[in-house]
Amino acid sequence: MIWSKRNILFPLKLTDSLLHGILRAGAVISALVMLLISLFLIVESWPVLGQISPVRFFTDLSWHPLEGAYQLMPMLAGTLYASVGALLLAIPLGIASALFIAYYASPRLAKWYKRLIELLAGIPSVVFGFWGLTTLVPLINQLHPPGASLLAAILVLTLMILPTITLTAYSALMAVPIEFLRNAAALGLSRWGMIHGVAFPAARAGIVAGIILAMGRAIGETMAVLMVAGNVVQYPDGLFDPIRTLASNIALEMAYAMGDHRAALFISGLLLMVMVMMLSGMAGWLERSRHA
Amino acid sequence: MLKINAMRWRHFYLDRLVQIFVYLAVFLVCAVFLWILIDLLRGGFAHISWGFLIESPRDAGRAGGIGSILVSTVLILLVALAAALPLAWTAAALLAEYVSTTSKLGIVVHYSLQVLAGVPSIVFGLFGNAFFSIYLGLGFSILSGGLTLACMLLPILVSTAEAGLRAVPDSYRSAAAALGMSRAAALFHLLLPIAAPTLAAGLLLGIGRAVAETAALLFTSGYADRMPGSLLDSGRALALHIFDLSMNVPGGDAPAYASALVLVAMLLCINIFAMKLVQDWQRRRTILE
Repeated sequence: MIWSKRNILFPLKLTDSLLHGILRAGAVISALVMLLISLFLIVESWPVLGQISPVRFFTDLSWHPLEGAYQLMPMLAGTLYASVGALLLAIPLGIASALFIAYYASPRLAKWYKRLIELLAGIPSVVFGFWGLTTLVPLINQLHPPGASLLAAILVLTLMILPTITLTAYSALMAVPIEFLRNAAALGLSRWGMIHGVAFPAARAGIVAGIILAMGRAIGETMAVLMVAGNVVQYPDGLFDPIRTLASNIALEMAYAMGDHRAALFISGLLLMVMVMMLSGMAGWLERSRHA
Repeated sequence: MLKINAMRWRHFYLDRLVQIFVYLAVFLVCAVFLWILIDLLRGGFAHISWGFLIESPRDAGRAGGIGSILVSTVLILLVALAAALPLAWTAAALLAEYVSTTSKLGIVVHYSLQVLAGVPSIVFGLFGNAFFSIYLGLGFSILSGGLTLACMLLPILVSTAEAGLRAVPDSYRSAAAALGMSRAAALFHLLLPIAAPTLAAGLLLGIGRAVAETAALLFTSGYADRMPGSLLDSGRALALHIFDLSMNVPGGDAPAYASALVLVAMLLCINIFAMKLVQDWQRRRTILE
């Protein structure tokens, strides 16, 4: 494209290059934030990370950081159980919601339901946690005490990741070329036949990417889980046992952690970040392979 | 013949079954959404009054209101926006108008923002505590909380602003070039004014995200619930107030409900307004084209 340098609105020839420089600086600083975060997490966790072998996070007897025992596995297991449980519930509900917006509802109803899902996405995690604490936990307590449990964490997380799955699945379904669907209709496929045989295979990469993003969100969620999960460091025996996740462990102990304990918490933060980065890398790769 | 008939019936029933499942799922989601809203309304509506909104909390929040907490929330938000907006919008303008997505700078900035968007908020809290509170010596203050939030808001502000600028048709850029406008002039006089509604919508989404945040503020802006005197004072955000009341203060449920109601009402308004902006803009754009 040809851009002339001299003009009436910005007479200075300098303005363009100056502006370009400012914009470049802004972008570079934004990119540096990520580097700065990684750097500080590593620096803060170095006192422990540099001293003991990483194997000890999985072989120590228990999580007693003051006595130098750094077993992270029960909390890692709690995090994974809660996230996977929430995914198992949220995937069918989310995809059904996306199908409803894309193929089942009338345009008007679809618009309203999509708005509702977007508003659900905007509700803060602390409100979900508060609602879970005052409503879900007493209900589960009637079913099987103590109430604050893996099940409560799964239910609250389901609500929080449902919008992510729905909205990404919806946009993946919308990106399916309309001719595909018309051809399917012309072949006389039923609605489910069309969805199952044509729309899903075409939108699969996008839907899976959304699910992976939702998994990342579930792993990193702190406050809502902290408020309903009971926070006992243990391997849960069943749905009604309390658990503690990695993220809520940081929130619980950071207030009084000193020295090596603090470094251990930064290590679990680093671990969380690496897990989420791997997941979002996978999602990004899927997205790109879809466009390619 | 019989076989074909049986197959047809199976497909018919499967189709119906799936339809029933979809409708049930949608009904369930709507019901839970309403359940949450009604619960909040029932628990908090009686407690809300003008006094509740302007008074400072007393007795660890059991009595009094949320006046000082609203002030702290707004201050944290302003600090976050003042730090994040210039960075985010310059980055977005560069990514959308000046460099291609396949250039080295474009790839690096995009990738790091994408990773940043996925970082859990508690990790931002850890970073904010280590960097702003301790390394830079800001302590537990509104300033360090706001700056931590600014890091968190960067990706969402950049991606919405970039998408808005990219949605401006290329014919506008060609026309500007044909008229002899410099790129800076085209950006300020043409592209930014057209993309303004999407920038505003992104801004509102960012505000919504910032107001909802708890975990990142836990160890950066602190717990003090008195009226903040300066930006270096500790200030408790509204979301954190709800958390504290429900977890650490026995008998704090009624004010917690009321605070949650205020927070949700605020967020619903902000998000609905943002949606409206985007929708109007899309309608106008289809007319323009």
